[in-house]
Amino acid sequence: MAQEEKIDSIGLLDENELAYFVAHANELEHPREMVIDVLRAIQKNHGWVPDEGVELTATILRLEPIEVEEVATFYDKIFRRPVGRYPIHVCDSICCWSNGGQELAEQFKQQLGIEFGQTTEDGLFTLLPSCCLGVCGCAPAVMIHQQHYGPLSREDVGELINRLRREASA
Amino acid sequence: MSTLQLLFKNRRAGETVFMTGYKATGGYQALEKALTKMSPEEIRTLVKESGLRGRGGAGFPTGVKWGFFPADAPGPKYLVCNCDEMEPGTYKDGELLAADPHQLVEGMILSAFALQTGVGYIFIRYAYEQQAGYLRKAIEEAKTAGYIGKNIFGSGFDFELYVHGSAGRYILGEETALLNGLEGKRPNPRMKPPFPATRGLFGRPTTVNNVETIANIPHIVSGGALWFRDLALTPGSSGTKLYGLSGHFNVNECFELPVGIPLREIVENYGGGIRGGRKFKACLPGGASTPYLTAAHMDVALDFDSLQKVDSRYGTAGVTAFDDRTCMVAATLNLIQFFARESCGWCSPCRDGLTMMRWLLETIDNGQGTVEHLAMLKDQLENISGNSFCALAEGAMGPVAGLLNHFEQEIVDHIEKGHCPFRK
Repeated sequence: MAQEEKIDSIGLLDENELAYFVAHANELEHPREMVIDVLRAIQKNHGWVPDEGVELTATILRLEPIEVEEVATFYDKIFRRPVGRYPIHVCDSICCWSNGGQELAEQFKQQLGIEFGQTTEDGLFTLLPSCCLGVCGCAPAVMIHQQHYGPLSREDVGELINRLRREASA
Repeated sequence: MSTLQLLFKNRRAGETVFMTGYKATGGYQALEKALTKMSPEEIRTLVKESGLRGRGGAGFPTGVKWGFFPADAPGPKYLVCNCDEMEPGTYKDGELLAADPHQLVEGMILSAFALQTGVGYIFIRYAYEQQAGYLRKAIEEAKTAGYIGKNIFGSGFDFELYVHGSAGRYILGEETALLNGLEGKRPNPRMKPPFPATRGLFGRPTTVNNVETIANIPHIVSGGALWFRDLALTPGSSGTKLYGLSGHFNVNECFELPVGIPLREIVENYGGGIRGGRKFKACLPGGASTPYLTAAHMDVALDFDSLQKVDSRYGTAGVTAFDDRTCMVAATLNLIQFFARESCGWCSPCRDGLTMMRWLLETIDNGQGTVEHLAMLKDQLENISGNSFCALAEGAMGPVAGLLNHFEQEIVDHIEKGHCPFRK
């Protein structure tokens, strides 16, 4: 294993993260099992996974970029395109649907002035439909950065958006 | 009469119990008993005798599954816990882990001992990051206490346990897709055979079990097989079950109740009836893939065999209720939309068939359907069933079969009226 060249993480991973992943890749019998961990770390730092992130993951795990890409594009919670600072996953599965999920989605669209798949001009919010988030007792619900919010009423939507706007400008 | 709480015994609103609290109510005593006084084979026999059936939806007898496992074969073997709970209407594993993560950790160690696997993985869905954090903390505590690591309780048994994250997609709940996902490959399901027991994770013997299934193991070791069987209300069933209520109930919460409880009790006593004083029309008894029950099924016992007799399934026991204003065509369309979107695209019955069904249901729901569309829907049902590569498309047929069995008249009404009769 003469592959000890220093990897440049081009700001997608911090030094500790890079060192951790490289050390584990050397130590694990099947380094490939870390592919989602590396992609998620890049996304956490950068907001989404650019081509360079796919290549970086491949380098760390000694894979071909296509082997990372075919995994990255499979999962709906890995973003291969830029998203806003707060991607809002609006659940559209049956429990939320039966508790006003469609109206909730409309409310978000209206208040943000965007459709599903779009990002607000200030770069803060991206609206995305999502399958069941696993909080069926709290329907209708959304998820932002792995945090659940529900049940949400019409009024809650404006409040939530304003709170995140304040948080972003703080 | 209130049900004996096993899985939810430490559950308090807004709290998570860790090592101190878990041990205070008898936690890790089953592990000690098993590792100091029982052989792996004795535990496997006990689980078989307990009649425990998989809690992840399929209901396969756990002891039988374990019986296929080459526990005595040399070399690496794996125990994998499926916590990719993503079937709409199913949130019980998330509730269990948010309340009492050590139950799964103890269950994993115990099951790994029974199966003689040195390494365990808990594969957990992206949306359960909070629960993943609780599990990591619980695993650290268990390591410190000497329950994970080398020579546990002086038994000579070594075990390591890892939490493995994901990034969405329902197909990861299919056990062979999960194994591909865990290996870092594109998570299409694998051809069976070989079954995971023969060739699973990294090509080695592997058993995949659901969270609630594994959490039951310490209780079975403590209480015994007969005791566990007696917890259920119907002959041939065993244990308690976590029922996650959702939809139009007044109370949408998760309850631990006996296997075999009649639907009426769930609806009236636990769900508190239907919201707004409206009538119960139908429910999914065990998640999005289980055929509807109707008001005619109020006295049916919720267990694997009784539900099979009425052409439905116990599934995960996530009960989603629909009131009398619900359009069942629209509800089924919503469900099919989920399955069509979550198809991995590997086989055509699923990739193309579900998309076709979504279009058919959409057309009928929009009032543009004809009798030909109804005939095509039946044709698709017949041709997708039994022909897909894995169970995803098979499961998607559940609500469609239920719709045609119990609510075909609603489809006909849409066609005859040229609009949805439920929409103003």
